[in-house]
Order: sequence, then C-alpha cells, then structure tokens
Amino acid sequence: MFATYLRRELSNRKKQSIIIAIGMALAIALVILVNGVSAAVKDAETTALSSVNGVGTDITISKTAKPGSGNQRFAFGSGDQSSASDGSTKLSQSTLAAAMGTATYSSSALKKVKAVDGVSAATATLSLRNSTFSGQIAQGSGTSGGGTTGQSGAGGGAPSGASGTGGSGPSSFNVDSFSVAGITPGTTKVGPMSSTELSSGRYLKASDDGTYVTVLDASYAKSESLKVGSTLTMGGKKFTVVGIVKSTSSDSTTASNTYIPLDTAQKLADLDGKVSNIYVSAASAGDVATLKTALEKVLPSVTVNTQADLASSISGSLSTVSTLVANLGTWLSLLVLAAAFLIAVLFTISGVGRRTKEFGTLKAIGWSNGRIVRQVTGESLVNGLIGGAIGTVVGIAAIVIVNLISPTLSTDGATAGAAGGAGAPGGGGGAPGAAQAASSAATAISLHIPFTGGIVLIAVGLAVLGGLIAGAFGGWRAARLRPAEAFRSVA
Amino acid sequence: MTDTLAMPSAPEEQSIGDAYVLRGVTKTYTQKGRTVQALRGIDLEIPRGQLVAVQGPTGGGKSTLLQMLGALDRPTSGSVQMGRNDLSTANDKELAKIRGVEIGFVFQGFNLIPTLSAAENVETAFATNELPRAERRRRSAEALASVGLQDRADHLPAELSGGQQQRVAIARALVKEPTVLLADEPTGALDEGTRDEIMALLEKVWHERLLTVVIVTHDSAVARRAERRLRIKDGAIKEV
Ligand SMILES: Nc1ncnc2c1ncn2[C@@H]1O[C@H](COP(=O)(O)OP(=O)(O)O)[C@@H](O)[C@H]1O
Ligand SMILES: [Mg+2]
Repeated sequence: MFATYLRRELSNRKKQSIIIAIGMALAIALVILVNGVSAAVKDAETTALSSVNGVGTDITISKTAKPGSGNQRFAFGSGDQSSASDGSTKLSQSTLAAAMGTATYSSSALKKVKAVDGVSAATATLSLRNSTFSGQIAQGSGTSGGGTTGQSGAGGGAPSGASGTGGSGPSSFNVDSFSVAGITPGTTKVGPMSSTELSSGRYLKASDDGTYVTVLDASYAKSESLKVGSTLTMGGKKFTVVGIVKSTSSDSTTASNTYIPLDTAQKLADLDGKVSNIYVSAASAGDVATLKTALEKVLPSVTVNTQADLASSISGSLSTVSTLVANLGTWLSLLVLAAAFLIAVLFTISGVGRRTKEFGTLKAIGWSNGRIVRQVTGESLVNGLIGGAIGTVVGIAAIVIVNLISPTLSTDGATAGAAGGAGAPGGGGGAPGAAQAASSAATAISLHIPFTGGIVLIAVGLAVLGGLIAGAFGGWRAARLRPAEAFRSVA
Repeated sequence: MTDTLAMPSAPEEQSIGDAYVLRGVTKTYTQKGRTVQALRGIDLEIPRGQLVAVQGPTGGGKSTLLQMLGALDRPTSGSVQMGRNDLSTANDKELAKIRGVEIGFVFQGFNLIPTLSAAENVETAFATNELPRAERRRRSAEALASVGLQDRADHLPAELSGGQQQRVAIARALVKEPTVLLADEPTGALDEGTRDEIMALLEKVWHERLLTVVIVTHDSAVARRAERRLRIKDGAIKEV
C-alpha cells in the first residue's frame, strides 16, 4: 500500500511534484556547478604555479626590477638594411634583452644558495625577451642610414604601424616578440623543465653549453609552425630547434616560449655572469620557511619567495574568478538551496493542508499517526530524489558544457616578467614593481571541471536532506490532524 | 481501567449485550473564545445488532454523537462504553486501534482517496499489515464484488458515479469485518434513486452480517426503514 499510494500521489498530483522537483533540481544543479567550478579554479591555480616554477620547486629567488627598466633599443647597423629596387629600405633587427620587469643579478648567487643548509637542488635561469623589428622605410624619409635608433613600445605586444615619416612614400614596421629562457642544460629535476615533458626531440644537455640550439614550448612551436630541425633567429643568431616540450598539465603552456643554454643567453643578451631567477628545492618540505630565512640572510638584496608567497600573488583573472566563485557562487547556491528547501516545505505543508480530509479519513479508518507521517515523508523524499536526479543530470550537463567551451584564464599582472603567454596582449605591461613575485610567464590555463563521484554524493545528500526537511514539516502537520477531520463538511 | 485495549474475543454474554452504553456524555467545543455545547448529557444504550437512525436539525449534534461512538474523539465528560472498552479514557493510540479493528465508517462525502483506484481504496481499510498482501487483495476484491463493483476495481473515484463511490466506501468499511458500522448522512449527497439503492445495500449488510448500524440522516424516508429512531436537537437526545 505504501508504495502504491506513494506512486499514485506523485503521478496524480504532478503539478506539485514537478514544482518541488524543479526547485530542488535547480538548487542541486547550481551547487554541483559552483562546486565544480571552485574545484576547477583551484586546480588551475595549482597548475599555474607548477607551470611557472616547476613541480619540484619550493622557493624562487628573483630581484625586484627598477621601474622603467627592460625597455629595448634597436640599434640598426648598415648590415641590417638592404635597398629594394623601388628605392625603399628594408630593416630587420632581432634583439635579446632582459624581460620587462626582470632584474638580473650575479650568478654567484647560485653558488651561495647551493651552500645553504637544507637546499637539495637549485638552478639558475635568465628570463629574456626576443624582439624582432622588421620594417620598410621609404626612401627620403629621415630614418635611413646607420645608427638609427628605434624604441619599441613597452617591450611586449606587437605594435605595428605604417607611417609616412618623410612625406615621400609609406614606411611600415613591425615588432614581434617572444619570451626566451636561458637555462642550465641538463637540468630537468628543478626549474622550469621540471613541469614539462618532451613531445619531440630532446631536452638541452650539458654538451649544448655555448651552442645555438633551442627547445620550444609546444604551443609556441605550433603557432609558429616550427619543428625539431627548424631554425629560429634570436638575438641575431640562428638557433636550431632540438626539442619541443609541453606542460605536464594539459591545461597550460610552459613557462617560456623558448629555452636556450644559459651561457648562450648571457652572451647574446650581453649579460655575462647574470641570472634573473634561481629555483630551489628544499631538502625537507617542512622546513621551507626556515630555508627562506636562511636564504634571505645569505642574499640580502634579492627577493625570496616560497610557493605559498607565490600562490597569494597570482593575480589577474584567475584570482578574480576564484574570489567570485568562492563568494558569489557559494552565496548564490546557498540562497537557491534555501529557497528550494523553503518551496519544498511550503508546498508539502500546503499539500497536507489540502489533504486534511484525506488524512482525517485514513486516521478515522484506523491508520496510525506513524503510518501517515511515513507516507507524507516518503512522498516528499521521493520528490526530493527526483529533483536530485534531474539536478544531477542538469549539473553534469552544465559541467560538460563548461568543459567543452573550456574557458581560458590567464595569470597576468603580478606574474608578468618574461611573458610567455601567446596572445596575452602586452604581456610585459604589468607594473614592474610587482614582478618580483613570480619568475615569469603569464600562463594561459583552460578551466577544466573535474568530474567526481563526490558530485553525485552531494546531490543525493542534498536531495535526501531537502526531502526529509519538507517531509518532517509535512509529517508534523499531518500528525496533528484530528481524525474527526474526516467529518469536515463537503465544500 | 486496566484493560481498555483488550478486544472482546466475542464471548457469549458479550454478543447479546449492548454494543454501546453512554452515560452523561457532553461535548463542548471551544473555538476562537466561543464555546459550543454540541452534546449536553447523553444517556444511551445501543444493543448489539440494532439498526438505529439518528435524525435532527443541522447543528443539533448528530455528527458529534457519531464521533463519540466512532472513537474519533473523547467526550468532555461522561463515559462511552463500547463492549469492554471505555472510549472516554482511552488514549489516541488505543482509539486508533479500536477504529481500525471494530468500526466501519461511511461518510456523506464518500471520503475516498482520489488518487487510488476503487480496489486500492478498499485495501486502505487494512490499517496494519497483519494480513499478507495477497490476502488483503483477495478480500478487497471480494468486498468490491459484494457491493456489485467487481468490474470497476481499477477505476479512480472521479471515474465513478456518486452511488458507485458510496458503494466503494461501504466495501471499504466492511472489508475488515467490523462489529459496528457508522454512517453519517450516507445518502446526503445522492439523488433519490441512488439513495434507495444505498439504503437497501446498508440494510442488506446489516441483515447478513449481524452488524450494529448507526445511520445519521436528515431524511425521514431513510429513517423510517430503521428499527429504532432517535432525534438529537441542541445536544439532547430523545426516542421518536
Ligand atoms: N470541531 C468543532 N469545533 C467547533 N464547533 C464544532 C465542531 N464540530 C461541531 N461543532 C459545533 O457543534 C454543534 C454540533 O455540530 P454537529 O455535531 O456537526 O451537528 P450536526 O451533525 O447535527 O449538523 C454545531 O453548533 C457545530 O457548529
Ligand atoms: Mg453533521
């Protein structure tokens, strides 16, 4: 009888069941989605950190850049120009310089770091930016001849334009830039290579020291149509691509567009003996804070950051989304959940009210209070579960849709440095003073909501909870009905 | 009053005794500060197997009396003895059990569960699951057949006429084989032809089952068919 009665009530009072179920479904779907997005954003933060600093890195050491440093100058010599038959002059100049917001310091710091107790491994890198100016200048304009100096905008982006400087025909120029990291060949356990894997070719090896070979980020290689064996000009020298690496996280790019041997980088950038970042693995994960203090004592003029420091400095859309999801999302889902529970409670109570005579009759013919309460609670529990099922399906569908769209978050701003994010406009445009935080790379991270069984568990739990709350109120109301209500006169 | 729950297991002297003995029964309702004396000191004996008609004007206290007889409510004062049980002192749980076992109700508005089929409505009469499910089904089908509705078992109340619905309600009242059948204006919502049909059915089951039957009615035509006629006005009772 219990099951029959329950089934009949749900199917013959569809309107009420549907309203309760839809309310619950909406709330549960929202909770699932908000939960999923929160988890995804948290994942993205972890990914961002590990792609910037490498997996095994506990501490990074960098130096605060002086405001305004890092601008690049192009010095055109006569060898960089050629005269075309139409009389215009073509210019091409590729320059390798310290990235915007990056300050360099002596590589002797690495030795000092390695000597500190509690350091298990350390490696130094030099964050650079390669800018290529190419242009065509009409004859007669005042910019021909050797020694002309041009200056790029902010060292980032790719400003291009055409100007008729001299008045006798158009000139055009283009600045193209990408990030270059000088790394110690053969070091993959700590530093930027630790969060990468090879997609083709090989990593840099010790014997590459001083040679013109490079390893590329997979997505940069793809966008520039470069393969192992291709050549690429950096700082005016032709580099042979020996390997292509991708981030171990499928959602992220690696820290830099290209990687070259450290001493080659120092030579080309005219920064002999200089590095910009040191990556440190602590011997014991528990002693990171102590190690930080020790390192700060040894290297007073640099900034020492732990992963925790960096996590709090990751800013830009990631932290905005993260805050938004954490606050607005949580409140919104709580609000909708409360509304859904309230709707379920009110509808259940009013449903019992409309069935006063029905329950009075059942009591009159001998049904116990318990049996009637069970019936009412059973009905609202099943209503809640139906809502939960619909909500789970809708919530999972929303997750699938978000994952299909795969919205991209970029960690810009404070992590500026040698911006590596392809398509991050004006990648070097962050406030230089903030660049101390992370070493490099505005990383592009696509949001991927992990699907877990926990989601279904949450949904079922909420559905049961909602059903029980509504059922408790409805049952309480039904229990208080007098059996004499059966005699209520017919309306 | 230690044995209020003991069900009479039909010893000989019980079956020839009174079904009900009421002594000084009053019932006062208080609603929004206003008190209504629905019953003012009723003394009444109803022997087993009697068919009693209760008449009287609206608001006279007919339904209230039936609620006292039906273990639906306790009197404000006085005692309602039903067999061995004193309904005026029994607790809610005990009253529910007595209703479930001993009493069949028939209401003016039929009071069927609108979402359940005719057969399922009859089945709700088994207040507990003491009998196996198949047995409850079988008895329900049998009860429906005894009121001539075997071919309407799967119909919802809304798909049945008023007379048919009242037959389902009578089947529901009888399927658990109660000792008492209480009907509150069972023909009040029916047209004349159907009214006679239902009355004939009630008389038939009364004859066949040796039930004690109390029928509340406005209708003198109905009342005239009873063995005994009572009249309640302003909460006081008298024989007609
Ligand atoms: N639950 C109740 N609360 C308040 N007053 C009631 C209640 N039930 C009945 N009454 C009052 O008691 C009196 C008798 O009612 P009732 O027994 O229903 O009369 P009848 O069935 O003869 O029409 C009426 O005045 C009625 O208004
Ligand atoms: Mg009445």
